[in-house]
Amino acid sequence: MEGEVAQLALMGKYIGAGLAAIGLGGAGIGVGNIAGNFLAGALRNPSAAPSQTANLFVGIAFAEALGIFSFLIALLLMFAV
Amino acid sequence: MAEGGFAIHPMDQFVVKPLFGGEHVEWYTITNVTLWLGIAVLAIIALMVIGTRGRAVIPSRSQSIAELLYGFIHNMVEEVTGHEGVKYFPYVMTLFMFVLVANLLGLIPMSFTTTSHVAVTVTLALLVFFGVTLLGLVKKGPAFLAMFWVSSAPLALRPVLAIIEVISYFVRPVSHSIRLAGNLMAGHAVIKVFAGFASMAVISPVAIGAVSAIYALELLVAVVQAYVFTILTCVYLKDAVGDAHH
Repeated sequence: MEGEVAQLALMGKYIGAGLAAIGLGGAGIGVGNIAGNFLAGALRNPSAAPSQTANLFVGIAFAEALGIFSFLIALLLMFAV
Repeated sequence: MAEGGFAIHPMDQFVVKPLFGGEHVEWYTITNVTLWLGIAVLAIIALMVIGTRGRAVIPSRSQSIAELLYGFIHNMVEEVTGHEGVKYFPYVMTLFMFVLVANLLGLIPMSFTTTSHVAVTVTLALLVFFGVTLLGLVKKGPAFLAMFWVSSAPLALRPVLAIIEVISYFVRPVSHSIRLAGNLMAGHAVIKVFAGFASMAVISPVAIGAVSAIYALELLVAVVQAYVFTILTCVYLKDAVGDAHH
């Protein structure tokens, strides 16, 4: 009985880690969206593009942060819990 | 972990080990983290102090690298934080050089990536967080808190927005540090996963090619993450010293 509970907890841990990793897909969509829109804007007005690269990276960083949070949860489930 | 998995465990590279024997790690123990942090500092000194010692009009190679980095960060601080922020340029430059060199040293095979540990990055992020908060409170006084009261929003929405703003303000050091550590850790783990595949004879050519490709990607990530860490420091600094009315 004890062993079964431990096995079940282990299974839940791995399933949870896998589910948490789905969050990274959202970050991927967000980063792709930002980069694509930046490129679309930059091709319309190439002369304004260099001044906006800082904003591009800040936007990517903010979008990516939330994906990294879910990655962190996955890592915690795998190695810390 | 699962039995019969990889020959190289992808997470083994992040283990903190004492340098001079023993297993137990106390706060004063000299570990591989200490060693690589020290090497990072020495490398920065070698580049920035010894490299620019000549002060030549026609710079040597190391001097032009140092000048390029200096000019790049100086421009960034001036552009993002405005004229007021240039005073804090030395701190931002120190952060950038430290993160960049630590990231790049971590890419040397068999080395240790100090910035993949949250303990290292959270120290940097908390220094920025407390520094910016204190600076804002000292420089602007109670007006610094007006940042949480979004005066451009409708009155009914402002209390809700204030709560969200306060939460997002306190999550800053978390995301600031986890972003750097998470990116570095994920990248290095992926390299080691493909290195583990290389032990299987059938797919080893593909795996070795993949390791090379991901290594190139990691070189990009190391530089971009140092840049992102620095530019976010500038963005946070702007809240404390920048003038919103200009």
